[in-house]
Amino acid sequence: MNKHPTKEELSAAAIRKLEELNKLPQPLKPKDRLQIPAQEMPSQDPVERRGNVREVALGYSAEQAKLEALRCLQCKNMPCVAGCPVRIDIPGFVSAIAQGDFQKAIDIIKRNSLLPAVCGRVCPQETQCQAPCTVGKSLRDVGKAVSIGRLERFVADWEREHGKVETPQIKSPTGKKVAVIGSGPASITVAADVRREGHAVIMFEAFHKPGGVLMYGIPEFRLPKKIVQLEIDTLKAMGVEVKTNFVVGRTRHLKDLLDKDGFEAVFIGTGAGLPKFMNIEGENLVGVFSANEYLTRANLMRAYDREHAQTPIYHSRKVAVLGGGNVAMDSARMAVRLGAAEVHLVYRRTEVEMPARVEEVAHAKEEGVIFHILQNAKRIIGNEQGCVTGMECLKYQLGEPDESGRRRPVEIKGSEFMMEVDTVICAIGNDSNPLIKQTTEGLATTKWGNIIVDENGKTSLDRVYAGGDIVLGAATVILAMGEGRRAAAAINQMLAEK
Amino acid sequence: MNRIISKKQLSADVFMMRVEAPLIASERRPGQFVIIQLDTNYGERIPLTIANADPREGSITIIFQAVGNTTQRLAALNEGEFIENLVGPLGRPTHIEKFGTVVCVGGGIGVAPLYPIVQGMQQAGNRLLVIMGARNKSLLILENEMRALADELIVCTDDGSYGRKALVTAPLKELCERNPKPNLAVAIGPPIMMKFCAETTRPFGVPTVVSLNTIMVDGTGMCGGCRVTVGGKTRFVCVDGPEFDGHQVDFDNMMKRLKAYKQQEDHARDQCRLEMEIAKQTERSQKSEAMDQQAKIRSE
Repeated sequence: MNKHPTKEELSAAAIRKLEELNKLPQPLKPKDRLQIPAQEMPSQDPVERRGNVREVALGYSAEQAKLEALRCLQCKNMPCVAGCPVRIDIPGFVSAIAQGDFQKAIDIIKRNSLLPAVCGRVCPQETQCQAPCTVGKSLRDVGKAVSIGRLERFVADWEREHGKVETPQIKSPTGKKVAVIGSGPASITVAADVRREGHAVIMFEAFHKPGGVLMYGIPEFRLPKKIVQLEIDTLKAMGVEVKTNFVVGRTRHLKDLLDKDGFEAVFIGTGAGLPKFMNIEGENLVGVFSANEYLTRANLMRAYDREHAQTPIYHSRKVAVLGGGNVAMDSARMAVRLGAAEVHLVYRRTEVEMPARVEEVAHAKEEGVIFHILQNAKRIIGNEQGCVTGMECLKYQLGEPDESGRRRPVEIKGSEFMMEVDTVICAIGNDSNPLIKQTTEGLATTKWGNIIVDENGKTSLDRVYAGGDIVLGAATVILAMGEGRRAAAAINQMLAEK
Repeated sequence: MNRIISKKQLSADVFMMRVEAPLIASERRPGQFVIIQLDTNYGERIPLTIANADPREGSITIIFQAVGNTTQRLAALNEGEFIENLVGPLGRPTHIEKFGTVVCVGGGIGVAPLYPIVQGMQQAGNRLLVIMGARNKSLLILENEMRALADELIVCTDDGSYGRKALVTAPLKELCERNPKPNLAVAIGPPIMMKFCAETTRPFGVPTVVSLNTIMVDGTGMCGGCRVTVGGKTRFVCVDGPEFDGHQVDFDNMMKRLKAYKQQEDHARDQCRLEMEIAKQTERSQKSEAMDQQAKIRSE
């Protein structure tokens, strides 16, 4: 009857199953492994969580983790590793979990990934490591692949909750100084990797709190801020200096960091950060927001905490969110939590083409977000006070595939209809932030404003490197981390040769 | 953390503070602003004008009107206390060159951001005609400072309590009617004033720069909350501005956007006043209690 078994129920079921498996001849045969039920992620009840910002996914118990790990077939060709942007030894850490050696598991992950507690929560595993998983393929359902991400999260949480997070060893000081601009996932990675080599690292953040998109963008209910804070605290414990309220390009020019302030190298990890709007009539009406603004108010400025927060957030009754990515889901689910009576998600393709993670789409639906596929806003309509009162939409159908490989949405002429809403949130992506480009002569960028780098993450300027969304356009935490690793290695090598 | 070096009350609710900010002091140019936040965990971020800077002392001067939640709290801070977060300089600097004759119009608190622009324009060798306006005499700020820079200074008040009884648009029109007409106008003040200044100069074809002060969160282009419609296009005040061609700005839309959170802001402001009043009263009653106690001790 219970659509949402509790964490305790799931754990109890896992204990029973483990006992059954122990009676089978060891090691388990692939056939037995394939029969182990995929472990469901315990989660907060959908009705209850509509009214709070606490984390939705509660994490596996040790027994659930072991059971899920036992599903892994330990394939020799390791298709999962090929699917991981930072090539974590996935069979290795999963096998350690199956044996109950959680310390070994986290150690294996940390050889390649710096942010397992973050990536275990926000990586799109179903399109990366879990997509080619043999278990999923055998069961003909990618949703039944080994839940590598949940296992990663489990050991990362285990390490943190058991107070086993150690500050990495730092080599003796080299007397060299590196500037890291931004404090999101790419910058965190570079700061850690460069600092480990004994170089001084100063991280510059424009906001009053470090963490970048992990702080302002991804909501508490998906990524608790104390986890991000811990990553920052670890950097500080390593001796990385974090300067908040510092906008490189404005407070100080990038070239001054190199020429006047004694930095030997600079890494630019400033992220995407310039919201796109639809270019339609009415988008500057009161009640139209970029997802960045809506989420920043809610997350970083804590507007969800109406008792304490001084930053206001719009009081909405009926909200329309435009877009189909994770940011659209985050915005819609945040609007639910902020008390909107109805939240509509409007996307011009179908659910198959949605870039959002399957889990986020499912969570949004459970929380009551109403999905409108093959529809898009044509214009936004307001009243005399300039406030949104509605949105005229158009219906679409799918045509031929476009350059992204997804079928192109084609508008159906004459299909206009009205949607009564008081708030519209645009979650259709970001362009690159122009600040550093505008203020740094000679920094080569693409026509979209993304910084051009070589295979080592080096820009057109000497000693200046870049990575993350400012290079890739809007991408993922793990890709940003991968880029950061690459750039950090190049910076370390350059400094060693100097 | 930025230390408040000095604080001065300029009028009933207008304050001037010199704040330690060495990097901003040396990097800032006329036209730029800062964002402040008084509490890292729960405070709101608001843009404020840089009225002046002293790179040698490493300080900037901010002038603000204590009308909202954060500005009232800021006004309650004293010398030696700290502003928790201060970031800048933000926005594009004013385009300064020798234009010839420049009319600068400042209304109310808008005189503060106008001041560094007047300084810059004067240094570039322009002839400066300055119009200052306020609702009444007590709300006029920086009159002496402006007088020192302006070739002509016209002061007007809405109620005639000082200077000429007029809105700033009246002398602006007269200056535009002169031959030769001014080469440039710069108008900074309440949106409605900037709108009518732009309407005044439009028929004369005098290019008019306005500086917009909209709702902002990050101030670096990330949120888009500050966006305005200029010449039919969406522009961000924080990275594309704050200065725009006044003849192209959709002021009506901007004024509506400024009211987006009015209800909540009014509530927060009243709440803040109440809290500060209670705090004052508690302080007073604690003081009088302490005095009573001292009196008691003495009498014993």
